[in-house]
This record gives sequence, structure tokens and C-alpha cells, in this order.
Amino acid sequence: MATIPLEGTTWRTRWKARWDGLMAKRWMLPVLLVVGFALSFAIPQFNLVNQYVQLILIYIGINVILTTSLNLVNGYMGEFSVGHAGFMSVGAYISAILTTQLLPKALLPYLFPLEVLAGGLVAALVGLVVALPSFKTRGDYLAIVTLAFLMIVKSVFENIEAVGGPRGIPGIDKLTTLPWTFFWTILAIWVIRNFVYSRFGRGVLSIREDEIASDLMSVNTRQVKLQAFVISSFFAGVAGALFAHVLQFISPRVFDIIKSTDILIMVYLGGIGSIAGSIIGGTIYTVLLEILRPLGMWRMVLMPLLLVILMIYRPRGIMGLREFRWFVPLHDLIGTKLWRRKKEASDAPAS
Amino acid sequence: MSTAEVLLSVQDLDISYGNIKAVKGISFDVHEGEIVTLIGANGAGKSSTLRGISGMVPYHGKISYRGKDLHKTAADKIVAMGVAQVPEGRGIFGNLTVLENLKLATWQRKDKVEIARDFERVFTIFPRLKERLKQLGGTLSGGEQQMLAVSRALMSRGSLMLLDEPSMGLAPVLVREIFHVLREINQAGTTVLLVEQNANMALRVANRGYVLETGTIALSGTASELLGNPRIKEAYLGG
Amino acid sequence: MLLQAEHVTHYFGGLCAVSDFNLNLEHGELVAIIGPNGAGKTTIFNLITGVYHATQGSIRLGDVELVGKTSNEITALGIARTFQNIRLFKELSVIDNVRIAQYGQMKYGTWEAMFHLGGYQTEENRSIENAMNLLEVFKLDSVADESSKNLPYGMQRRLEIARALATHPKVLLLDEPAAGMNPSEIGQLMDFIRWIRKEFDLTIILIEHQMRLVMGICERINVLDFGATIATGVPKEIQNNPRVLEAYLGEGAEV
Repeated sequence: MATIPLEGTTWRTRWKARWDGLMAKRWMLPVLLVVGFALSFAIPQFNLVNQYVQLILIYIGINVILTTSLNLVNGYMGEFSVGHAGFMSVGAYISAILTTQLLPKALLPYLFPLEVLAGGLVAALVGLVVALPSFKTRGDYLAIVTLAFLMIVKSVFENIEAVGGPRGIPGIDKLTTLPWTFFWTILAIWVIRNFVYSRFGRGVLSIREDEIASDLMSVNTRQVKLQAFVISSFFAGVAGALFAHVLQFISPRVFDIIKSTDILIMVYLGGIGSIAGSIIGGTIYTVLLEILRPLGMWRMVLMPLLLVILMIYRPRGIMGLREFRWFVPLHDLIGTKLWRRKKEASDAPAS
Repeated sequence: MSTAEVLLSVQDLDISYGNIKAVKGISFDVHEGEIVTLIGANGAGKSSTLRGISGMVPYHGKISYRGKDLHKTAADKIVAMGVAQVPEGRGIFGNLTVLENLKLATWQRKDKVEIARDFERVFTIFPRLKERLKQLGGTLSGGEQQMLAVSRALMSRGSLMLLDEPSMGLAPVLVREIFHVLREINQAGTTVLLVEQNANMALRVANRGYVLETGTIALSGTASELLGNPRIKEAYLGG
Repeated sequence: MLLQAEHVTHYFGGLCAVSDFNLNLEHGELVAIIGPNGAGKTTIFNLITGVYHATQGSIRLGDVELVGKTSNEITALGIARTFQNIRLFKELSVIDNVRIAQYGQMKYGTWEAMFHLGGYQTEENRSIENAMNLLEVFKLDSVADESSKNLPYGMQRRLEIARALATHPKVLLLDEPAAGMNPSEIGQLMDFIRWIRKEFDLTIILIEHQMRLVMGICERINVLDFGATIATGVPKEIQNNPRVLEAYLGEGAEV
């Protein structure tokens, strides 16, 4: 390594070596997943932590889904959507209506995954409708369109009496459990990570870097942008459905611009263009909000201040454009090394 | 070799990008009133050296201008000290007109009459720019943007001018014009540090030259020495 | 006839950038477009590659009309290009720059991408293999994992050509490939262009101001001024054409 040695890096290099060692043990990721999944059952079963902490764990999961999915559009693709709370509300309302009005009570716990799926699918469909006109032009246009969408969705729900109008839907069954949250969170992370490390995902990245060049390198930019936006909306809807069934009460006011801003903060805090960053950002923000709760109003002064400080010292967020090696598919991680080794092997006997 | 005051001094300059070392401990001086040129192959570290001097990239080593260490000096302060430059990637303000781009270059000058004369001079060299005064910088063709970038450096009238390949992307007839102008402004008192691929032209206008190879200075001398050097001829002048 | 432009005219607002441009390109030819700065040379590349849509006229690749098609469709049909001011995907690695250009050839769909199923793994492995093989040809395999913005200028230029070739073009458009190269590097570039033409079976159009390169390797030259062709012919004819001398080369030019 020919990097410039900085003074006083001994502890830093030591920690880095330790970290690299950990990241090299890829088998740990599936093990952790199994342990996590088991814990998600065990925690509520045996009350390993109190109800309050269990609730926060669910919120962390929901926020990580929101952050990862918004990061796809705002971080990986470099567009600026502020409508994430809107797609979330679509998922929340669809699933809440299913729960409170349409489905038989007795079957609810079994049908819950289908409700979440339905919430996600309708949100994805709405995402498609929003994306179709917005991606014809570039730049700040998407921000304006998604802002308008956010307001439209809110007033639509406010004006439909069947879904409670401005009062919203109360008394939604608490169907969001820790295992289900864990399942959907892992699914969201896995699918978005898979998408990012595919030809479409590389297309998304190239759009952020230089859209015209991307188009000229055969990337169907229009199609790729739609895909990314629809996947992002789908998981916003999923998060909304989970959210409705843990809060047990939704109203149009829950999904306003403040909610979108919260998600934006989590994305930029954790770091743009990074799965690891989304997980870190969603988790830290949720936990910090709870820790700082005793501060009352001052919390809303302190949080933005923290964000400003972060932007000064780490403008791309904690993990901006970087990734845990665990999350990178093996072929992307060592493909070039394997190629070189194969090359050396085939060159050796020749010479 | 000029005995005039040392205007710019570079000592043991090291510059890296990621894992790639671009400049490896080079040292050279530029004296008041000279045209000094850095020549060498692509990737030899010429542009990086310029970027280091203008404070655009972090480096190790010592760069001083008029005896003042530039290491902790911000890029805008370096410009304010009188170091004018054609920045990397031309640095045209795409949403400003040609006229606004040019005016921006003169913002710290007070000499209205001289500014007006400089406008005229720039337009004599590049009549094309005069035709396009109201056009947005971003809509100019590549070569026209290059003309604008060079004009801007000329207009800012620094005492040291850093030029990164002024002839790039210009038609042959304009290339000769640019070098002619360089000599003119030098005679008017501006010191020039010139990075140029067109080594032939560069050495014809320069007093001295340094040949960079893979981040180190391989050879230095007066321009005529270098022009006559058979190795230089073969490697950089195209035989 | 491989590529044919007929009566291509293009306006920006009221400004006529290209007027009645014609070009016939046979398979395997190497043709240059030269002319003063702002004459409309790059605009012609932008018209061929669908960045702009010609106001009038027709551009055909074989029998396929290109005017009205999107850039990615045109690239998929077999026209690739480089840019005058390098336009790599700066933050991305060298190999990813090349792999993005394989987009049109990779076959797996969205579901396979989202769940890493079906052809995903084999296609990804092949993509890396192909990209590395291509980078090796351009002597860039050792820096495959570097950010492309960290490469020195000359390597960035090479990477741009490698990236263009990763789209498997029939026609390659080079916009000032020799910009920022010294005379001896230009000599190497000339050999290099001849070599890729043969190796990748290419037809090449290039825009260039370096007359040694243009006169040295091009079979035909098209001279533009103010958006219109003022001369066409073989290098010898162009060198002695008084209009070209006056508008472009300058009096007493040594070429």
C-alpha cells in the first residue's frame, strides 16, 4: 500500500486490521442472520428485554427499510426524492383498510404478510405513476414532483370519509411482530443489495455519475430509473404497512413532509450509496431520538445540529459510497483477483 | 539561467491519488520574468504539479511563492496572491455568459482602463469569443471553452500564470496564435509556468524546461539545450 | 454502405449548427472530420449518437434509420464513442466503468437481478472475465479496482476507448483522441488506432486537431466550417486546399 502515512495512526491501523479480519469471515453473516431471526422470536416470547425496547427494535427495522429504499433513489442514483412518506402512507392505508374493514379478524395474523405485500405493491404502482412523467427531465424536477405527490396523497386521504378523513384510521390490530419486522427488513436489504450489484444497479450508479455518458454506453437509463424508483416505492409501502400495524393508528398528518425529512436525514447521516450506511443511519437516528427524548423540545435543536456537524466533517455521511465487505457479492469482491491468479497460472507454464 | 529573484520554489513535492503516486519528490524553481515549461509523457505528473501549486490537491513537500510557504494557503488565497491559472477541466461557468465569465476574472482588479484594453486584446486573439459574448459558457464548443479559459487567465493578470495545456483542443491556426500571445504577455512582465504536450512549441517560447518522467525530473536545462537534445527529440518531439 | 448521413441539418434555437452534412462510410474505413473550433464537429457526433435529434435529414446504420432513436438504442445497434473532455464514471472503479458498458449485452432480467437467480451468476462471472480481458488489452488490468478518477490522464483516455469497445461497436467515434498527448505519444496512438481497427474490426470516424495523426492514418477527410462541409478528399488534397489552409491550418502550415 502506497498510501501517505499519517501521524498517530497506530490505534487506527490496529482497529482497521481487526475490522478487516472480521469482514473476511463471510460465514459470520448467515450465522448472524440465523441468530437474529431466532432472537426475534425469543425476545418477545421470553421477554428478554422490556416492551419499550422491543418497540424500538421494531421501529429500527422499519426505519432501516425506509432508509435503504430511499438510498436507492437519493444515494445510488443521485436523484432527490422527498416523497418517501407519501409511498409509506399508501402502504399504511392499504394494509390498514384491509385489516380494519375487509379481512376476517380471525385470519388476520395469518394474512398479515399478504397485507404488507399488498401495501408494497400498491405503493409500487403509485411509484410507477409518479416516476413516469418525472424522469422525462432531469435535475430538481423529481424533488418538485415528489413534493407535489406528497401533498396530493395527504389531501386525498384527508378527503375520503371511508378512511376516516383527517381523523384517520384508529384501532388497527397490532400485527407487526418482531419476527415479521426482522423478515421484511432482511428482505428489503437483500433485494436492494442484489439489485445494486446487478447490471441495472451499475446502470443506476452510472446515472448518478453522468447520465448522458451512461445512455451512450448502452444503459437504458429510462428503464433503470423506473425500476429503481418502483423498488424504492415498494419497500416504502412495506415499511408503511408495518408502521401502521405497530402504531395502531394512522392519519394523514403522520405522513407529512416532516416524516420524509426524517428519512432523508437517516439516509444522509448513514451515508449515500451504501447499504451499511442505511442500516447504521436508520439505527443511530432511531436510537438517538429515544435517548434524547428526556430533552423534550431541545431534541429537535440537537438533532439537526448533530447533522450539520456531521455534514461538515463527513459530507457524504458515515459510510458514504463505501460498503461493508460482507454485503458485496463475492464475485464483485474478488473477481479481479481470481482473474489475475488464473492469468498467472496460465502464463507460468508458457514462460 | 536567469539571476532574477526566485518567484516560485518547489521542493521535494510528493502527490498521490489513492494508491497511485503521481509526483515523487520533484524540486524546481521559477524565476521572475521567465517562461518555464514542464514537459513529459502523460501520467508523468505535470498537471498534478500544477494542481499542487494552485492548492487544489494535498501534497507533501514545500512550495513557496515569493518566499511565502503555500502549504496552508487556501486555493482562493493563492489566486489572490497573484497566481493565475487555467484550471483543470477548463472550469468554465456553464450558466454564465462568455462576458460574465471574463468579467469574473477581473473582479479583484481596479484598473478599469487596463481591463478594457485586456478585453480588446483577448478579442483580437479570439474573435470567436467576441461573436459569442452573450452565449452561455456551457453551450460553447470544447475548443471555444478552451479559448475562454485561456482568456480568463490572461484577464486576471497575475504575476505568475499557471497554464495547463493551453493548446489543447484548438485548431492549428489558433495554437500558433496562443504561443505568440504567451510570449507577448511574458514580455509585458508576467512569469509563466507552462505545462504542454506540444513540447516543440513550448520549448520554442520557454526560457527553461524540466522533463518529467513517471513523477520525477529526468532532465532539465535551457529550452535550446532541450530542443537540441537527441533523446528529447526522440521521446517528446516526435523524431 | 455501413453508415450514411444524408442532408443532415441541425438548429439550436435559431442558430444553424450543422447544415446539409453528408457522409458515406464503408465498412473498415477510417475517416476524419476536421475544422475550426465551433465548426460543429462534436455536434455531428452528438447527432449520430442520438444525444441530439437532427432537425432535418437522415442518418442510417445499414438499413436502420437512427434519427429519433435514443442513445442507448443507437449504442446497442453498434455505434460507440469517446468524449472530447473525458467523461468517465469518476467515482466508480475502472472495471465497473467497463462493466456498465456491457449493459446491452447482458441478458438477465429484473427479477433475476433482484433475487440473484437464473442467469445472474454466470453472466456476472462472464462480465468480469470479459471486462478484465479487455482491460488487459489496454494495459489497465493492474488498476482494475482503482477509482477511475485516480488514473493519470493518459490511462483515462485509454479507459474511455476500452469502455466504448465494451459495447461491441461496429462504428467507433473518437472525439479528439490525441488531445493532451505529446508528439511521441501521438505516434503510439496512431499505431494503436490502426491496431484496434484491425483487431476489433472497426469503422472509425475521428475528430482531431493534430494534423500529423489525421494525415497519417485517415483515408478520407471531411472539413467543416460554420456547420457546412467546405472540403472533402484524401489527405493530400486537403493539405493543399486553399480554403482549408485559410480557415483552419493557417498560412504556411507544416503538416
